[in-house]
Amino acid sequence: MIDFSLSDEQLALKDMVRKFVQAEIIPNAHRFDASGEFPHEIIRKAWENGLMNPAVPEKFGGLGFGITEDVIMNEELGAGCLGMTTSIAVNTLGLYPILIGGTDEQIKHWVTPFLNEPILASFCLTEPGAGSDAGSLSCHAKDEGTHFVLNGSKMWITNAGHAELFTVFATTNKELRSKGTVCLVVPAKSPGVSLGKHEDKMGQRCSDTRAITFENVKVPKENMIGQIGDGFKIALKTLDKTRTPIAAGAVGAARAAMEYAIKYSKERKQFNQPISNFQGIQFMLADMATKIEAGRLLCYQAAWALDKGQMKVGSYYASLAKRFSADMAMEVATDAVQIYGGYGYTKEYPVEKIMRDVKLVQIYEGTSQIQRVVIARHLLED
Amino acid sequence: MNIIVLVKQVPDTETKIKISGDKKSIEQGDIKWVINPYDEFAIEQGLKTKETLKAGTVTVVSVGPDRVVEALRTAVAMGADNACHVKIDQEMDTYLVAKALAEVVKKEAGQLVFSGKQAIDDDQAATFGYLAELLNWPSASMVVKCEITNGKAVVQREVEGGTRFTIELPTPAVIAVDKGINTPRYASLPGIMKAKKKEIKTYSLADLGLGSEKPKTTASDFALPPERQAGKKLSGDTTAQVKELVRLLREEAKVI
Amino acid sequence: MSIYLIAEHKEGKLKRVSLEILSECIRQGVEPTCVLAGDGNMDSAAQELGKYGAKKVVVLENAELKNYSNEGLANAFHAYLSKQSPTAIITGASWVGKDMLPRLAAKFQVGLAADCTEFKVSGGISARRPVFAGKCSQSLSFSGNPAIFSVRPNVLALGEPKGSAPQIEKASAEVGQIRAKVTEVLSSGEKKVDLTEADIIISGGRSLKSADNFKILFDCASVMGAAVGASRAAVDAGYAPHDMQVGQTGKTVSPKLYIACGISGAIQHLAGMRTSKVIVAINKDPEAPIFQKADYGIVADLFEVVPLLTEELKKLKAHS
Repeated sequence: MIDFSLSDEQLALKDMVRKFVQAEIIPNAHRFDASGEFPHEIIRKAWENGLMNPAVPEKFGGLGFGITEDVIMNEELGAGCLGMTTSIAVNTLGLYPILIGGTDEQIKHWVTPFLNEPILASFCLTEPGAGSDAGSLSCHAKDEGTHFVLNGSKMWITNAGHAELFTVFATTNKELRSKGTVCLVVPAKSPGVSLGKHEDKMGQRCSDTRAITFENVKVPKENMIGQIGDGFKIALKTLDKTRTPIAAGAVGAARAAMEYAIKYSKERKQFNQPISNFQGIQFMLADMATKIEAGRLLCYQAAWALDKGQMKVGSYYASLAKRFSADMAMEVATDAVQIYGGYGYTKEYPVEKIMRDVKLVQIYEGTSQIQRVVIARHLLED
Repeated sequence: MNIIVLVKQVPDTETKIKISGDKKSIEQGDIKWVINPYDEFAIEQGLKTKETLKAGTVTVVSVGPDRVVEALRTAVAMGADNACHVKIDQEMDTYLVAKALAEVVKKEAGQLVFSGKQAIDDDQAATFGYLAELLNWPSASMVVKCEITNGKAVVQREVEGGTRFTIELPTPAVIAVDKGINTPRYASLPGIMKAKKKEIKTYSLADLGLGSEKPKTTASDFALPPERQAGKKLSGDTTAQVKELVRLLREEAKVI
Repeated sequence: MSIYLIAEHKEGKLKRVSLEILSECIRQGVEPTCVLAGDGNMDSAAQELGKYGAKKVVVLENAELKNYSNEGLANAFHAYLSKQSPTAIITGASWVGKDMLPRLAAKFQVGLAADCTEFKVSGGISARRPVFAGKCSQSLSFSGNPAIFSVRPNVLALGEPKGSAPQIEKASAEVGQIRAKVTEVLSSGEKKVDLTEADIIISGGRSLKSADNFKILFDCASVMGAAVGASRAAVDAGYAPHDMQVGQTGKTVSPKLYIACGISGAIQHLAGMRTSKVIVAINKDPEAPIFQKADYGIVADLFEVVPLLTEELKKLKAHS
């Protein structure tokens, strides 16, 4: 018997996040999108209510939530505002390398402060020349015995402007490709670290996205997570865990777009009747609902497998979930704008923002094209 | 100080009300149950009072069938220390519920009771006062400000037209709070996880010595309001139209 | 059957709801005994009750009732009524009624029905009341005596004031021990009503033509204790600040009464006030979409209508 139901705690969690989103995020989303300013207050409130760092294990004082709980939370957050969702959720991305590859002492040292204060961390993998080809890192960490010296730059780093900590992936030897990579914890205030400007993006505008430049930054050996050569592996394992909640965020955003479209179609009258009477609109809504359900189920399936420790198949399911949810969210949001017609094209109505926001989900955390590469590789292996 | 908070589980305000076949109640099938919004203010006030006094416990009580346990767990997730469930599967009314609550307050050695000013399902706004009288405690309602100090409560209550009274009442007392008194905290995620493991005390009516009690009012003939009439454009000269409008608003629409 | 009406007064002036209940009883062929309680000065209130048909008014006096006390009133009414074998006790669901009646009912160990909009006191006693914030209504029947219920103000009609002086019986009000004491009365004065909380809203559109002209709306609003809103067109034109905007990018409101003056009723505006209980539209243009949503419409110049409305409302206020 397959059980599709959520437990009482999971339902309570969903409920609580939804309430938070309705009270704190939805009333403010439009304003932060317009100005592009960082939603400090809302992030602080999210932290105060335990919505950040859910994956930190109980033995370190965290909630020890699995991917399933993360998926539930992210869908609700995504229905509120993807920009804020990213700002809140990316902390998990930033700290996962330490949770996955670090020693208990390192976790206690670097991660527990995040449970005591609303501070932020950023995951630094992507570079100006290394996006989909994440393995071809140029950012260089020179091994000088007691410490590394870090030189290079990172691109499109979320929360960079407000983070206390960066988990940076660099190479010690470019010729070794992924086998030469290392994961380093770099405090944001380290001498030699400089930040680019907050990128003026199409969507998820309140999410802080910047370039980071490292110039002869000294990073003590204790800050290395795992060993030299482990870096890329840790990055991939991290992304395996975060891919599904990101997909769930897209599901939430799509759901919100559909709900707005349903409501509007019942109110808007043309040819003397609500446009929801027309099959053209009805078919669009039916397709939206189908896609959203399918996306959600893919997320739950991936979460279930990953929580059970089935990392290989879980990673595969996660790629399915991300590829599908990102692409369908874009379709759903576009259709929502279409249903709203001229009004939907203006910033007065909420759907154009959703369309701008979800576009990014097709690009970050592995583009939809890379996801297909991963999926095909899985299908074609012997 | 043992603070008791009365919590009622009610249908969510978005619920579309459908009358049951026998017209004795509403259809329960599609209902999303939530904590009565005014009781959320009461829970918050209980928690704030405990925090200010730096002592005491907050116990939440709810009367109803098994599903109300969920409401109790949410209250615990917000920070309540203990929870009591009075399990009643039969019809209830203000009389029966207040009697049950009075027994629980005595059993839990309550010294202060917070309640919401009314439940948004039956809108009776009577349980707090009934309970206070049964306990022979003083009470105040529509309270928008409340300070508890040694042995007394100083509250501000809304009266009408923007007027407020400041009332001093000795504890033990029953205080029914209104919107505006505080901003209820969210059930935190750690709270939700802890609430899952919390033991909830269950009482039956018999446990409270009320085994043979029955409600004293009976509800029936539930009906939906009449369909909204198509709008009417008034006629006559402007002065006559305005007079007619005011008359209609007062006598027909009953909104002024 | 002995029906008792607990009448309410404020500093000697009778509250209208008491007369509404009295009138309804008389219409049903029932003459309730009216009971008043206070620290004195209730003669004119008693006479007013007589005018509307009360034959007997019991006046309970005690200096301790100078300040409001739910216990004092409940104790006093119970002390008197428990000696009378009442079949029903009715009062108005004012803030006093709502606070005092539950305590009284508990003393009688009976149930109660609050905020009723209909009741029957002849051929059996029952009452109807709204539930789920008025989304539906229910009938309540009572077991045991007395049946106790409160009636919502402004619902029942007043009868003809053609009665005569009633028989007045005075007694001391046995207030018992008053523990909750009013120590201060705070008047907030003219509080600016928040749009999203207002029970009544009057809104203006682009036809107001200037910020100054909004004064006519503010004048009307202050008679009703209403808030003033504006359409996006009015705000964009600078006639009103953004915090008064009702609509898609403004505030969403759900008052009992929404009066739209010179507002066409475009979908952005409707989004903000659709769920108002009663909508009134005042617009020169008979084809304005707002008339399709309005419960009552006046096709005329708002500059003529609104001041007239203000006058009519002032007259109505004086009467109650």
